[in-house]
Amino acid sequence: MNKTFTLKNVYVEETASVVGPTEGAGPLGDLYDVVIPDEIYGESSWEKAERKMLIESIGLCMNKAGYEPADFDMILAGDLSGQLISANFAARDLPIPFAGIYGACSTFTLTVGMGALLIEGGFMDRVIAGASSHHETAEKTFRFPTELGVQRKATATWTMSGAAAVILGRSGPVRVSEVTFGRVVDYGIKDANNLGAAMAPAAFDTLERHLKNLGKRPEDYDLIATGDLGSVGQIMLKHLMGDSSMGSGNLTDCGLLVYDTRQDAHAGASGCGASACVFSSHFFPLLKKGHIRRLLLLATGALFGLTTAQQKESIPSTSHAICFERVEES
Amino acid sequence: MLRERESPQAKRYARLVEQEKPRVDVGGNVLKAFVVGGTICLIGEVIKTYLMSFGLSGEVAGVWTSIALVFLSALLTGLGIYDEIARFGGAGSAIPITGFSNSVVAPAMEFRSEGAILGLAARMFVIAGPVIVYGLVSATVFGLIRSVLF
Repeated sequence: MNKTFTLKNVYVEETASVVGPTEGAGPLGDLYDVVIPDEIYGESSWEKAERKMLIESIGLCMNKAGYEPADFDMILAGDLSGQLISANFAARDLPIPFAGIYGACSTFTLTVGMGALLIEGGFMDRVIAGASSHHETAEKTFRFPTELGVQRKATATWTMSGAAAVILGRSGPVRVSEVTFGRVVDYGIKDANNLGAAMAPAAFDTLERHLKNLGKRPEDYDLIATGDLGSVGQIMLKHLMGDSSMGSGNLTDCGLLVYDTRQDAHAGASGCGASACVFSSHFFPLLKKGHIRRLLLLATGALFGLTTAQQKESIPSTSHAICFERVEES
Repeated sequence: MLRERESPQAKRYARLVEQEKPRVDVGGNVLKAFVVGGTICLIGEVIKTYLMSFGLSGEVAGVWTSIALVFLSALLTGLGIYDEIARFGGAGSAIPITGFSNSVVAPAMEFRSEGAILGLAARMFVIAGPVIVYGLVSATVFGLIRSVLF
């Protein structure tokens, strides 16, 4: 029941990320593989641009590792658009079996976790896990037209434009060692402009179960990174951790690493791309170089839709935890 | 089974969330809205006075002023400038007629990719539509009240 999976045979072989111009101008700008020149990326719609970014990140990842499509058993990917159109349409151009997975902004660790179990279970040898989000596509789906003159709430996050893919296989520089899937947690928050506060209890729930199942403490990880709680959500997570006897640990949030304060992104970056791109471009190299040895990544997702928000329902959230460990050279 | 979202724990959490919300600088926002809204109105007055200098009546000049402001706002929306002004000016740029123009042009641009009929035309009034509907409703109600009372 509610178990944490400990894995022995799954590794991250390679990663790749493709981000938008605003993200490219942020603090991690030099680390992404590709920064696209503008949000439309030479396409006729934002949806097509997002799809192109996802295809490119997958292709780039394969090239970097020197693989062909035939070397993969499956792609697991997801995004935020209705009916997962970015992932589904990206898969149309890739001759690899595919499953679209929706976990809102928690999609990245959900796809990595499921891919890792398929490999650990012996069913598959090499899997691509990916996720994408696009600022304009998401705004169109969830909020207002982009050129509409509205002031964003200070608690609102900025859906980032970014796609990233990772290759999971049976050898590599970074090991996937622990996986805890999230429950769907709802503390009754209804404000779609404050998703960080809605998601913090989900991150806490998964973190608490993960640590309890393994008999560990936050300090056992060099870094605990949540997905896109943003500034307000992170404060709430610290409250929840403070109220428990858990201790604090070294906490960060992918969404807070993407932009700097002068970029007016309010509470930080959000979207499937946040945890996917920050892991691919920032954490993976840090793990490879040994600057951090054990990372616990908890991507967080708000599982609401526009319809439920308009019908004034509260926002169910989830978070999936993955521990990535540096493989020590012996 | 007790629903988590209705538990005392959840209620405590909601209170804490309210406390931790970043404070909004109301005074500063009001001042910015005043400056931006005032500037838009000033531009309108300049256009109107200029037109009246050609001998147009106040009423006719007013109509042409509205048309000019709607055009200017639509142009700035298309150029991607109006939302930057609004980010600073808030209600100051939303309330004048320029805000109405922006609210029609922005969705029209957004949904152009879904075609001229089901995209652009059908979605054009998603923001402005409710304003028009309730504007007409209240105009009717107050018109009726006025005709009965006076």
